[in-house]
Amino acid sequence: MEKMARVTTALGGNTITGRTMFCHLDAPANAISVCRDAAQVVVAGRNIFKIYSIEEDQFVEKLNLRVGRKPSLNFSCADVVWHQMDENLLATAATNGVVVTWNLGKPSRNKQDQLFTEHKRTVNKVCFHPTEVYMLLSGSQDGYMKCFDLRKKDSVSTFSGQSESVRDVQFSIRDYFTFAATFENGNVQLWDIRRPDRYERMFTAHNGPVFCCDWHPEDRGWLATGGRDKMVKVWDMNTTRAKEIYCVQTIASVARVKWRPECKHHIATCSMMVDHNIYVWDVRRPFIPSAMFEEHKDVTTGIVWRHLHDPYFLLSGSKDSTLYQHIFKDASQPIDRANPEGLCYSLYGDLAFAAKESLISSDSNRKPYIGDRRHPIFFKRKLDPTEQFEYISSSSALSVFETDVESGSMDWFVHTAKQYALAGRPLAELCDHNAKVAKGLDRNQVAQTWTMLRIIYSSLGTVSSANLNHSIGKGSTTLPLMNSFNLKDIPSGLGSESRLDRSKGESRTENILMDSSSTLINNEDNEETEGSDVPADYLLGDVEGDEDDLYMMDHENPHAEEQEYSLPQEAFPLRHEIVDNPSALDHLQDKADSPHVSGNEAETVSLTPVESFSLISISHSLYENRLPSDFFNPIVRDTLLFYAEQGDVQTAVSVLIVLGDRIRKEIDEQTQEHWYTSYIDLLQRFQLWNISNEVIKLSTCRAINCLNQASTTLHINCSNCKRPMSNRGWICDRCRQCASMCAVCHHVVKGLFVWCQGCSHGGHLQHIMKWLETSSHCPAGCGHLCEYT
Amino acid sequence: MNRLSAGPIGGGSAASAAGQYRVCGNCRKVPRQEKRVQVSPPLTRGPSAFIPENEVMQANGLDERTNLLVEEYSTSGRLDNITQVMSIHTQYLESFLRSQFYMLRMDGPLPLPYRHYIAIMAAARHQCSYLINMHVDEFLKTGGIAEWLNGLEYIPQRLKNLNEINKLLAHRPWLITKEHIQKLVKTGENNWSLPELVHAVVLLAHYHALASFVFGSGINPERDPDTSNGVRLIAVNNFCVCDLANDNNIENASLTSSNFGIADSLSELEALMERMKRLQEDKEDEEASQEEMATRFEKEKKESLLVISGAFDDEIVSTDVSRYIEDPGFGYKDFARRGEEHLPTFRAQDYTWENHGFSLVNRLYSDIGHLLDEKFRMVYNLTYNTMATHEDVDTTTLRRALFNYVHCMYGIRYDDYDYGEVNQLLERSLKVYIKTVTCYPERTTKRMYDSYWRQFKHSEKVHVNLLLMEARMQAELLYALRAITRHLT
Repeated sequence: MEKMARVTTALGGNTITGRTMFCHLDAPANAISVCRDAAQVVVAGRNIFKIYSIEEDQFVEKLNLRVGRKPSLNFSCADVVWHQMDENLLATAATNGVVVTWNLGKPSRNKQDQLFTEHKRTVNKVCFHPTEVYMLLSGSQDGYMKCFDLRKKDSVSTFSGQSESVRDVQFSIRDYFTFAATFENGNVQLWDIRRPDRYERMFTAHNGPVFCCDWHPEDRGWLATGGRDKMVKVWDMNTTRAKEIYCVQTIASVARVKWRPECKHHIATCSMMVDHNIYVWDVRRPFIPSAMFEEHKDVTTGIVWRHLHDPYFLLSGSKDSTLYQHIFKDASQPIDRANPEGLCYSLYGDLAFAAKESLISSDSNRKPYIGDRRHPIFFKRKLDPTEQFEYISSSSALSVFETDVESGSMDWFVHTAKQYALAGRPLAELCDHNAKVAKGLDRNQVAQTWTMLRIIYSSLGTVSSANLNHSIGKGSTTLPLMNSFNLKDIPSGLGSESRLDRSKGESRTENILMDSSSTLINNEDNEETEGSDVPADYLLGDVEGDEDDLYMMDHENPHAEEQEYSLPQEAFPLRHEIVDNPSALDHLQDKADSPHVSGNEAETVSLTPVESFSLISISHSLYENRLPSDFFNPIVRDTLLFYAEQGDVQTAVSVLIVLGDRIRKEIDEQTQEHWYTSYIDLLQRFQLWNISNEVIKLSTCRAINCLNQASTTLHINCSNCKRPMSNRGWICDRCRQCASMCAVCHHVVKGLFVWCQGCSHGGHLQHIMKWLETSSHCPAGCGHLCEYT
Repeated sequence: MNRLSAGPIGGGSAASAAGQYRVCGNCRKVPRQEKRVQVSPPLTRGPSAFIPENEVMQANGLDERTNLLVEEYSTSGRLDNITQVMSIHTQYLESFLRSQFYMLRMDGPLPLPYRHYIAIMAAARHQCSYLINMHVDEFLKTGGIAEWLNGLEYIPQRLKNLNEINKLLAHRPWLITKEHIQKLVKTGENNWSLPELVHAVVLLAHYHALASFVFGSGINPERDPDTSNGVRLIAVNNFCVCDLANDNNIENASLTSSNFGIADSLSELEALMERMKRLQEDKEDEEASQEEMATRFEKEKKESLLVISGAFDDEIVSTDVSRYIEDPGFGYKDFARRGEEHLPTFRAQDYTWENHGFSLVNRLYSDIGHLLDEKFRMVYNLTYNTMATHEDVDTTTLRRALFNYVHCMYGIRYDDYDYGEVNQLLERSLKVYIKTVTCYPERTTKRMYDSYWRQFKHSEKVHVNLLLMEARMQAELLYALRAITRHLT
């Protein structure tokens, strides 16, 4: 606790010190208010009404105003206010509609002074006149505001808002006679206290109830309002029409607003539901709160600045039965946690990067990039030098880095997406088809994967053990086939390590830039070097150490072999290519750490390692012959992970869909969801809407599936007046007619609507079809010769 | 048009070949099972068994607006009986249809068939076969799996999990706790997301309340203009067509008109208006009543105990309905009765619809808040300033008394309301009616409907039903949403 900031402020002889602290109340608070000298606070709620003094280190209960054995509803407070002129005078608004005043100077235990039972419904708000001792204002659910003179028994005047309940009333701080009232229907009214017959002005401030308002303590024209529509608005009332000058969008309905003393643009807010934090906003910067207090565990119901002229202490009461004193120094500042950089890839591998200008400029001074790829653009927001406020000083720069066209070509992606078959046929056919597609695009490794999937999952049942025996002999040539999947853990691990090393020395921007460009340029490069890149003994060593893996792959090969009998010869060279995949992977991992897809993988053949360890494998191949297909699931899973890791999420997702339940359980939901979203995102960027929709439909993830159910709205124009239809149904608001009538049956078409492009008449698909079978003229009788094809 | 199809009808047509028919548990009449029975459609029946047809027709025959509204919002595309009866109050009808259309057809977290199935589940709690029939149709039309209609055993576990909350919400919403919510939301294979849950809760509350309206207004089963497709027949024929509770238009019809003298009911009306005026003008006894308020609320609560709509045998629920419900014996139990555990009264000021309910519901299921808000506001403020034959009457106190009395039976208390007013304004027969309609609507009879406010117009009684329906819906929502809020904090 000692670490907490201790703040001392001197205010004209009055010194306020303190730290962040809290105390437990016995019951939820509804409202709080402070005494003029900032040393005491009153807390009121349904079951609590107490005065605490604010000491250096703690709150000390001074007085319990809830007296009597069975307290009446008069003690059940919706609001409380402490007079700023007289420290003995308090007023409360009771939920049963009574306004009560309390005199702390009374000698008896019961401090209740006066009782006004004029309101018929709950009183939402009471407010003392800032300079007049005896004037009290109340606003109630029944739609009336009443002004009381405390020297009299009854109200002096009654103001009728002529509308629904009053949610807040506030005397203007500077204008002696003016007060503002906010209403449940979203209106704000200004009244002159001398004229109870009619409001001075009225305007609609919010959509839905306006829960609160607060006059600016210095600037006399400003009124802040907060509403259920989650907005805080600042109105300039000096002009003839109230003008909205600032608007802050919060995340929940706004229950209270309070201007921060001595800071012209700061305002504290708390919410009524869901959100428990207190925010202090700079109204000029409406998107991020400048400070945040996160102590409360339930909604905050009352906030008040401890002293009229001290901006550093904020008191708050909450439904979680605590009373807090917040110190500004301890506030969390979301701005510190905000990420000041933004980064985005375009479809073709261009990269846009935005960051604080200071960051960028120092960077680019230091090191020139590969020149021709970069077209930096800078945006700046210049500040008004008169503003003394330091948070706002920010300017940022946006750079765009482009890549040349061919190397980033994604044609294969589009083609693959279009041609793949994902459902509707037996598994074997799907796999074959997709393998062919992949092969047609020179993606041999992917083609091979599809072929193997077919072998694993669709032919297993039919393979007899006799066949297996027969195939073992041949197995030796193809044994290393599976290597790529088992070995890849190690290389990729290494890859990422080396990546880390690289990135250490350099700044982030540069690293990303390098990576992206090198991936794209080095594609050809890759192919040439990768065979020699990885030492063969390294590969071997790994295989020896990992017998289980070997055993597994051995097992798969016989099947593969057996199947390939029927396949044309060209299958053989393909197999070898996969062997060197580990090295290719190594390479790619090294360079492409971006999600960006790297197109054609390794093509080169490296035979050395193959021969060397085929011997080891054979010894294991005799073990088991018949295994359930889920035995291979781990391998297939690794395959998919491998592809996804490489950036080829297309293959991963396609396999996932084709295999369906066979593999789904192996991969955790979140990963699947991640793949799906990435793939769908890519598809949509390429405007492959139909395919992305198909993928969504076929996906088994709930989260993905429901993408199709959200925002299924279709916007249409009225066929009569050509204006947009409101989204409420079938009648045009403007011309009061049903749009889209069927020309045949004269009913509204709610579904497929077909129309002639010549005369624009149309109707139900079925009806039109039927009609045009027998007649060639338009059913609407316009004489047009319609045609249905 | 295929006239042979058996459109559902009521009335004493049970005479024939009983052996082939099942007996409906609700009305003990025999529903038709075979399609080929020739039926002459009853000609004189309007949309409601309680309200003469011409009352409804004259109100909406002229009303172009209603037809437009139906075009716009009806999911079935036709003017159903509920809409016809409601169209007496066109203003309200618009917000009703709009919100109903939104929750059934517009963007929302739940798939369309789910929505209708939830409606079926909700209506089944009150054995409201009218609504069930309607939504069985819609369920199939929106692509629901027909197998689900065989009963709860055939639906996914996820939907089945809603049973508990459906049951509580329908009969004893005050028992809903955040634990119930947690159980549904807890991550797992069958969990509900919060938006989905809110959508479901809104649907449940809507259809529980609508069941109240259906029974309260004696809505007749739909006469099918066109039942040529087989789907509908299969679905419909399994249900008894008695539909409105205890088809009493026959048994009771004679009782009502003759037994009561016009004279004393006239003076009743005068007295009621007198009392209303007094309440509006003076509220002088406040000093005394401060401490008494609480006791008055308790008293009203207790008194609602005595207002029991006669002794009912344990109803036999027909299997057609019961397959959609679990624990059919679970019913409304008076809030005030459980002295032992004594649940705390719900303080309306601590969780109001305007402040809290709205914000939560709108956050999780966007825009529905505005629609419901408009609907509640509409029904609360709807008035024609008439009472029976009198005009220019401020009925605020009366409407408030009705609204708050319903909430009182659900244990919701307003600090700023003097429950003594309920006693003064609502006569005993009305209280019986209110309690029956809101708590066990399936027991409503025409006699109850007729026996209160004999001088009032039918349109005014429909207005009462609207108030009861919305008050009930709000009460259910408040309890459910409060539980969700507690779960969130």
